[in-house]
Amino acid sequence: MTNPYVLATLFFYTASLALYIWNLREPSRTAGIGATACLIGALGLHYLALLERSRLIHAVPYDDLFGSLSLFAWLLAATYLGLEAIHRRRAVGPFVLPIVLVVFLLAHASEARPIKAPPAQGPLFAFHVTLNILAYSAFAISFVLSVIFLIQNRRLRDHRLGIVGWRFPALDVLERMTRSSVLIGCGSLAVGMAAGFIWAHRLHGRYWDGDPKVIVTIVILAVYLGYTLLARTAAWRGARASALCIFNFMFVIFSYSIVNRYLSHFHRYF
Amino acid sequence: MEIVLIGLNHRTATVELRERVAFSVEQACEAADQLRSRGILEETLVLSTCNRSELYGVPRELATDSAGAVELFLAAFHQLPPDELNGSLYRHRDRSAVQHLFRVAAGLDSMLLGEAEILGQVREAYRIALDHGATGPVLNRMFQGALEVGKRVRSETEIGTRPVSVAFAGVKLAERIFGRLNNHRALIVGAGATSEQVVRHLCDRGIKQLHVLNRTAEHAVTLTAQFGGEVVPWENLAAALEWPDLIVTSVSSAEPILSRAAIERAMAARGNRALLMIDLGVPRNVAADASQLYNTYLYNVDDLTEIVEQNKKAREAEIPRAEAIIEEQIEKFMHWQAGVAVGAVLGDLRAKLTAEREAFLRERLAAMSHLSERDRAQFAAMLEEFLNRVVLDPAERLRGISELRRKLQNLEALRDFFHLDREKP
Repeated sequence: MTNPYVLATLFFYTASLALYIWNLREPSRTAGIGATACLIGALGLHYLALLERSRLIHAVPYDDLFGSLSLFAWLLAATYLGLEAIHRRRAVGPFVLPIVLVVFLLAHASEARPIKAPPAQGPLFAFHVTLNILAYSAFAISFVLSVIFLIQNRRLRDHRLGIVGWRFPALDVLERMTRSSVLIGCGSLAVGMAAGFIWAHRLHGRYWDGDPKVIVTIVILAVYLGYTLLARTAAWRGARASALCIFNFMFVIFSYSIVNRYLSHFHRYF
Repeated sequence: MEIVLIGLNHRTATVELRERVAFSVEQACEAADQLRSRGILEETLVLSTCNRSELYGVPRELATDSAGAVELFLAAFHQLPPDELNGSLYRHRDRSAVQHLFRVAAGLDSMLLGEAEILGQVREAYRIALDHGATGPVLNRMFQGALEVGKRVRSETEIGTRPVSVAFAGVKLAERIFGRLNNHRALIVGAGATSEQVVRHLCDRGIKQLHVLNRTAEHAVTLTAQFGGEVVPWENLAAALEWPDLIVTSVSSAEPILSRAAIERAMAARGNRALLMIDLGVPRNVAADASQLYNTYLYNVDDLTEIVEQNKKAREAEIPRAEAIIEEQIEKFMHWQAGVAVGAVLGDLRAKLTAEREAFLRERLAAMSHLSERDRAQFAAMLEEFLNRVVLDPAERLRGISELRRKLQNLEALRDFFHLDREKP
């Protein structure tokens, strides 16, 4: 990890996280604006790091697991920034940035090496991969929001709101933000999968090849669609829906780790 | 330009005395007129609230013991023997007066630390004085600074964010659950004074709909007449529970009026949407085990009181940050004021030198009758240019260079050096 862009990105993400935490503990305009500014800077540098990685491996940054993770971290940070701009809330930042940082560190832990060119490339493939990773980023945001919901809900029910509790978004807002993130995720995943099927057909002459990655992705789409249906029902609304959202994210982690590493044929890295 | 402040507040005077020294809007204008017409103050502003009566002013130049004169005026205006105000009045001058006003605007001098109402009262007092023509450049700048301090302290610190009254704490809790209340409904059970406080806050926060239930329907009618909403018959209590997102109870009853079973039925009927119950009754009006139901939040008076106590401590912890903002704004004001003082000295200096130059020219040119008009004009222009170069241009630099002013320590030295006495030439 000697790439100057990677080091600078790491610095800016860390600074942004520190300022978000500071802003949560002691809200101040300076810390809040500083945190957002650092995040914007980190996103810019991260983008340059992704370009640099592509140049070194002679492929798009998602052609290996590390590049894919890095793109995931970038999209996660970008999605959060969009969410912050829409809802004007910075209290979620301290919970999203650690995930961004950890994924970014994992992604850039090893040096980028040129890889064998994949069997096919093109805009449709790029569209497929980017949308799927965007969907995972949106699901990651919904996971964080659900965790915050459960914490805040517990504090409110136990009358232990504390200092930080007054700074989190309202439960209703958290619930709506979670549902929006899941909807974005489901939409991206559905379109991304459709693009993947078309691309597979062009490449192999068939849409379906029974790859475990595809099966797990369909399961992910199904469980998140299940969430969107259940989250508004009497029995599930509130904490149960949040717990379900957290549970669903385990499928995303499983898909990203075990499936990508060991089970998939066509989506397998290395 | 001196600034004086004479006043009393909830810390220095009893409520009886504060009532006697309070100013209505008309009295504030009349007092301002009298203070200026009697030559005590050149600029003046009265800030009068239920907790304080304060007179801010800029005395006329050369006035001696203007603060004492204002004190005597204050007593006379309210027909009080001067001795009666002894020990209750505080007196601040210049920087200390500015600091006091800025602390008042920030809510640091309020009975309820960080309360927001005082900023509106300062704004209103300033508007009245400004419209009445009682203020001048100094008080205008000072009060505009105070309003800026008030805004900054409230936006940059958390001194006024967390609720410190039980009624408001309940409403703020509702916002922690539902977000904005303009899309939510509240049911008020009991129409006493406590309920009224909650309803007032709910209306301030834009609650969408309000239903009020009371054993004595007339009280509920009175409350809805004041704040809006609908009266629901007491007999319909069980059915009414299905409708709201927030229930506030405050009735006198030996037994809980809302049982767990009643809440459970209501939750089932309302599709388990979140329900906040604020129980302000003593003894409690809502069965304690209702809090175990899914998606319900139950707070009683003790819970809210505990929150209020925590919030008070949190507000106190914000004082250093507020004081830092105040110090920053005081420095800005003092810097401006020093600039104005320099401007006044320079104006006097220019007038003095112009008069001296005219006298000098008259005296010397009288003995030089051989000079033409053109030569005389040239001579006068040369003399003016010389004076500007030697004295006035360097002096003008004082206006812009604050460091230079700081070095000069006492601007009055300039007056002595150039014999700039107050009589205009």
